[in-house]
Amino acid sequence: MKIKDIIELLNATNLTPDLDCEKELHSACGSDMMSDVLAYVKDQAVLLTGLNNPQVIRTADMMDMLCVVYVRGKKPDALSLKLAVEKDICVLSTDKPLFTCCGILYDNGLRGA
Amino acid sequence: MEAIKFSYNVPGDDFTRAGDASTDLKSKLKKMGVTGAPLRNISISLYEGEINLAIHAGGGEITALVYPDKVELYLDDNGPGIADISLALQEGYSSATEEIRSLGFGAGMGLPNMKKYADEFYIESEVGKGTHIKMVVNL
Ligand SMILES: Nc1ncnc2c1ncn2[C@@H]1O[C@H](COP(=O)(O)OP(=O)(O)OP(=O)(O)O)[C@@H](O)[C@H]1O
Ligand SMILES: [Mg+2]
Repeated sequence: MKIKDIIELLNATNLTPDLDCEKELHSACGSDMMSDVLAYVKDQAVLLTGLNNPQVIRTADMMDMLCVVYVRGKKPDALSLKLAVEKDICVLSTDKPLFTCCGILYDNGLRGA
Repeated sequence: MEAIKFSYNVPGDDFTRAGDASTDLKSKLKKMGVTGAPLRNISISLYEGEINLAIHAGGGEITALVYPDKVELYLDDNGPGIADISLALQEGYSSATEEIRSLGFGAGMGLPNMKKYADEFYIESEVGKGTHIKMVVNL
């Protein structure tokens, strides 16, 4: 799956239109607890979250993730967005809730750890 | 062998800046040619430590010494200290408040994670004086 496929499947807004959304992704994780993401995630490329603070992007950066999806209509603050662009992490926002997003992406071939 | 040294101050009163040091060290190490598992292990263990300095210790200092074959990470603070280190090292133990949890932290996974991702992990703490951690990640 590519980032541009996620945009379509989740009816998401691309908040980093200048970044490459042709990157291939195979796995994802969904959590509002960055502690858990850091502890349990391995090689996931996408982080789906309802949490909005700069630690979301920093966590994604530390884990070498390629894309962050804000769910439930959440939008990142300016600092998060700036960090994401610096770190080449695509940022999407969708109105759908976390569980629904995970279900749709799983159905379309993305997997967990 | 002479090490290349990087030092950072971690503020205790600005959570939005917690992680600046880890982000910066990661990009510097990348430029020095560090990649793969060692880079990720350094990044995650330092980031967990940096968040702890910000949320539990009222801030502190980070020093990274980069050698050709390893990176040493030092986290030093003059915070409240840890009364029971073996308890703090258990997965799931956290003294974090509801406010910290609402920021996405406080699962009690940070110290266990640091121990797991670092090749060597040492911790010393005294109540009322502060906490000192040394981690070594082999390159
Ligand atoms: N530098 C420190 N100074 C004082 N207490 C600390 C320090 N680091 C950790 N602690 C104590 O040890 C406990 C466990 O730390 P740990 O990093 O494992 O979990 P946490 O920070 O509570 O949650 P998480 O790391 O999952 O977000 C903390 O809740 C805190 O009580
Ligand atoms: Mg912690």
